Amino acid sequence: MNIAQSIREFFLRNGMVLGLYLVIAVTFWILILIVLPQLYMLDFSFSKNLPPAKIGGPEDVHTLEHYEFFIRGSAQNTAAFNVVDLQVFFRTLLAAAFVTIFDLALCYPIAYYMAHVAQGGWARLVVLSLIIPFWVNEILRAFAFRIMFGSGGVINGFLIWLGIVDEPVDFIRENVALYAGLGYAFILLMIFPLYNAVESLDKNQIEAARDLGSPWWRIHWRVVIPFAKPGITSGCTMVFMLSAGALAAPQILGGPSSLWFTQIIYQWFQTGNNWPRGSAYAVVLLASTIVFVLLMMKIFKVRLGEIAR
Amino acid sequence: MSADVELDDVWIKFGEFVAARDVNITIKGGEFFSFLGPSGCGKTTLLRAVSGFLEPSQGEVRIGGQNMQGIGPNKRPTALIFQNLALFPLMTVWENIAFALEVRGVGKAERRKRADELLELIALSDQGDKMVHELSGGQRQRVAIARALAAEPQVLLLDEPLSALDLKLRQHMRTELRAIQQRVGITFIYITHDQGEALTMSDNIAVMREGVIEQVSDGNTVYDHPETSFVASFVGENNLFSGRVTEVSDGFATVDTSEGPMRARNALKNGSPQLSAGDSAYVFVRPESLKFANGHAHDNTIKAHINQQEFEGHFWQVFMDVPGSDKTIKMSMVNDGMELSHATGSEVSLGFAADLAVALPEGPLAAE
Repeated sequence: MNIAQSIREFFLRNGMVLGLYLVIAVTFWILILIVLPQLYMLDFSFSKNLPPAKIGGPEDVHTLEHYEFFIRGSAQNTAAFNVVDLQVFFRTLLAAAFVTIFDLALCYPIAYYMAHVAQGGWARLVVLSLIIPFWVNEILRAFAFRIMFGSGGVINGFLIWLGIVDEPVDFIRENVALYAGLGYAFILLMIFPLYNAVESLDKNQIEAARDLGSPWWRIHWRVVIPFAKPGITSGCTMVFMLSAGALAAPQILGGPSSLWFTQIIYQWFQTGNNWPRGSAYAVVLLASTIVFVLLMMKIFKVRLGEIAR
Repeated sequence: MSADVELDDVWIKFGEFVAARDVNITIKGGEFFSFLGPSGCGKTTLLRAVSGFLEPSQGEVRIGGQNMQGIGPNKRPTALIFQNLALFPLMTVWENIAFALEVRGVGKAERRKRADELLELIALSDQGDKMVHELSGGQRQRVAIARALAAEPQVLLLDEPLSALDLKLRQHMRTELRAIQQRVGITFIYITHDQGEALTMSDNIAVMREGVIEQVSDGNTVYDHPETSFVASFVGENNLFSGRVTEVSDGFATVDTSEGPMRARNALKNGSPQLSAGDSAYVFVRPESLKFANGHAHDNTIKAHINQQEFEGHFWQVFMDVPGSDKTIKMSMVNDGMELSHATGSEVSLGFAADLAVALPEGPLAAE
């Protein structure tokens, strides 16, 4: 089928009004909201940080200095690498991966319960109790976590009352509050893709495995998880991307000594007043998270098309 | 190795609903046993109680003499073949078959070897490395059987496994299933609503209605000596006449029907005749037991009017009205090469032997 024919069929199928709306809306969405801003950022990241007067002047040339700065640090830096920023960068990716695994471990049983164990009303109750807390806005939720995990918070109070610890544990400094906050913030993005995937599995498959003598863990390992792999990938991708790119939760819940990479980006834009450098850092984060996700998909043998199921 | 399966006073209730009541059945080891009944009669529920997916509300399920209470489906010596087969779509054919061995920790080489043996048994020798979706319906069917047999069950449970196949394949698979059962020699318990399947394959059949076992016997007996009106109306085709018993003698009953008095066998249950004079009764006559009287003497005769005649190859179906009643009578005649002796629209006299008809107490009938 040639292109002209496909276009004609598209309009015949959807009608003129809906067809035009779809074309315009999708073009606007992709071009104006996604591609252009990112291209702009990309271009920015290769520009010199100049005062407004000099923009467009002879000094306004493309440069790799911001990327170089990310790797090497400033000219005064005596070390071989920009240790501080690189450390924050890798720690952020690692922490985001940890949050993702934590969410997966937490959500898989819940999704399985909702899909195959809970009877009618219970499943709906679980869904509601998962969704309703998200009516509370992100900042408020983060501060609530801060109070809860604080030295005078309920968790420390409870641990001391139980006699497990004598002194309050500094959950903020240890980043426990941050991981918990991030994990909680993206829980729905993990549960629903998992639920969708697990739910479409034929119950007879589970019973057949059981009937053939399989213990419960092997049923999950050999039957349920392979089937749910696209949903697992889709959930993990979203949680990982959003955790690595989170800003509010690390600002509020992060320990004083540990920065999140987004905070560094934010600092370059705001306090550092160096937008090109901030852009370069943002591009590094975006590119590396995409590469990381594609790598994981390769390892677990999931194709991009399957995620969209 | 095969094992007896005993259902002893089994009741299964879901809240108020009774899915199976007072079921007492002994299935001998190595037998091909069928539960036959319309959908919703509780036969699948009973099968699930044998496989361990549900526990009876009351009574005992024993396999090989051992009470199965509290023993889960993964620990019972049974294997179940599901109605939709439930093969694992993300495993190859041989991995499907060897799953039960994988569960037991058998090494890969040994698993593959055993899978290949089973593939040979089901005549799919070189298909082991294919994915399940690459096989045809009949091949998948056989893979499901092999997968269940790999678990070396003493009892194989089959939940209407042929219902998804087309007619030709279904008939072929009947023969094949029976052959496999005889080769492996284990007990088969087969669930079906298709009397043809039950009659062709089974050593014994339990006919079920609304959670109750109506009759347990071999196929011939179920067909020729039904014990209840439900069995007579559900298994095979039957013409039904209703009336009141006027006289019983020598194992026969005379029933006064609106189509005239009819003499038929007084049906036995537990060895004793069920009808006595004055009872409301049904007389059942098979289409193939009816003959054109053609002036010969018969135990029973009915006047009828030929409405329609259908040619079905090896037999004719003749549909008739009875003047003065709304009854339609169906008669089957073997196509023996002779021309039809009576034209559509003609008045005829039908006869049948008292021996080939059965009189039963009035009771529930199978839905049309």
